[in-house]
Amino acid sequence: MDWSWAFDWARGLYHATGINLTFVYDSFDRDRLARGFMNTVYLSLICLALSMVIGVVGAWLQGSKLVWTRRIVQGYIQFFRNTPPLVQLYFFFFAIGSLMPTHENRFGFQEPMLDNFTWAVISLSFFAGAFNVEIFRSGIEAVPASTIEAAEALGYNRLQTYRYVVLPLAFRVCLPALNNNLVNLVKTTTLAYAIAVPEMLYMANQIWSDSVNVPETMTFLLFAYVFLVGLLVWAMHSWERALRMPGYGR
Amino acid sequence: MSRRPRNRPPVDLAGTTDLPVLLPAADSLARRAARERELGAALPRLDWRHGLVLLAVLLVSAGVAQAQAGAGREPVLEVLLRWMPVLLRGFLFNIVISFLAMAVGTLIGTWLGLMQISLLPPVRVGSWFVTQFFRNAPWLVLLFYCMFLLPFEFRIGGLVIPFPDWIKATIGLSLPVLANVSEIVRGAVNSIPSGQWEASESLAFNRRQILWMIILPQCVKRMLPPWMNLYAILTMATVLASIVGVSEMMTQAGRVLAAEDRPDLLIPIYSFVLLCFFVYCYPIARWTVALERRFQVKL
Repeated sequence: MDWSWAFDWARGLYHATGINLTFVYDSFDRDRLARGFMNTVYLSLICLALSMVIGVVGAWLQGSKLVWTRRIVQGYIQFFRNTPPLVQLYFFFFAIGSLMPTHENRFGFQEPMLDNFTWAVISLSFFAGAFNVEIFRSGIEAVPASTIEAAEALGYNRLQTYRYVVLPLAFRVCLPALNNNLVNLVKTTTLAYAIAVPEMLYMANQIWSDSVNVPETMTFLLFAYVFLVGLLVWAMHSWERALRMPGYGR
Repeated sequence: MSRRPRNRPPVDLAGTTDLPVLLPAADSLARRAARERELGAALPRLDWRHGLVLLAVLLVSAGVAQAQAGAGREPVLEVLLRWMPVLLRGFLFNIVISFLAMAVGTLIGTWLGLMQISLLPPVRVGSWFVTQFFRNAPWLVLLFYCMFLLPFEFRIGGLVIPFPDWIKATIGLSLPVLANVSEIVRGAVNSIPSGQWEASESLAFNRRQILWMIILPQCVKRMLPPWMNLYAILTMATVLASIVGVSEMMTQAGRVLAAEDRPDLLIPIYSFVLLCFFVYCYPIARWTVALERRFQVKL
């Protein structure tokens, strides 16, 4: 598709009004902002997936018979729930990151084993995962034993009971709380700015530092985030409505 | 004459049941989801043991640092005591910012929330849009927006009104607060049973009178716990102002560390910062829980 009319329009806008949309007509800035946007989406998606995995595994471990397994999971939840995510990010990147071994890259410099993007993924996933553990656990706890017994009486085996009765119910119970958490996670990805992960806020910061067009880039940034989060909220709410259990709740 | 506020959902008796379909865990999860949706953030769950752990970390790390530093250097706790006024002044700044942002956010947010239940569609849709916009924007982006785009001073004629960075940070933090207060107000008004509206209409109150004399006084009780939770979240969010360079506690802690140039101070000083926030937020959290329990709606 030919976008040259948009570039011309943005250039004309700059000459006519002084509103400088470099990220539209300048290919370098455009690529940077697009990369930042994609990195934000990418970071969010990886963290969403990993935090769900952490949530499922954690909820499973919390049902363990071993007291210490349960205590460790509880400690993990307490730690990540009650400290600010910015502090967690700093802790992972600066404290644990500096203890990790380094290797020599092809320019002959010492490079840490995990880069800042990976640390952001790890820290944010553990942050959101801590909430997911509790959410999944309450979801599974909410399914009454009588429902499971009823499924057994109908000849379902353990796996089938889990697959067709417990999980669908538990998932529907979890969904509203899960949605809030995931939306919150996407908003929290902006904190990765603090350890120089090239996500949208960081890239926008570089663009307005280079091109001195703070108001334009800033406004675009605000609307881009509202659009991203709004899209997620809308999609999750319609999913929630589609999966609503008839006869339960309002 | 309006008979019934149109924007409240009708009571759906056909879809409810008295049978225990799911166990209480489902209800508590649903309540939590509703609360977090109103606040736009997850709440920390504070416990007095967390305070003890923080204090222990502070003391142990100070001891370890002392042992590593050797005899010639100033004891860690003495260094901490010497810098205490600087750090506490920074913390005071956090509290001032949180108070002002909460005050501004509550004032504007209440009006925005009342506009959301207006009978005029443009007012309703407009205020709904503003609320959703600021609720869905990340706090840090809103903070950046205000920090960079508000001028550092206003000139009205010959009068120069300075606009320091902390005021801009306060405005930046009050934007998400006002959107969440707006949701809290709307939720509280919607949670009042429609019988209250109908009864007061039958007593010939007009809409303004119903709202101010009957509905809102009942709402205050329901709004207080989420409002206090929002304040706790805001207080913890004030450290974000350190990213944009306001001299609050986190920034001051960084400066103290730079001035001392002793890496062994890192953990004691940051755990002191955490401890200050804990000491401030814990009573609020306990009080909120107590209020929540007292004001719980009994059906």
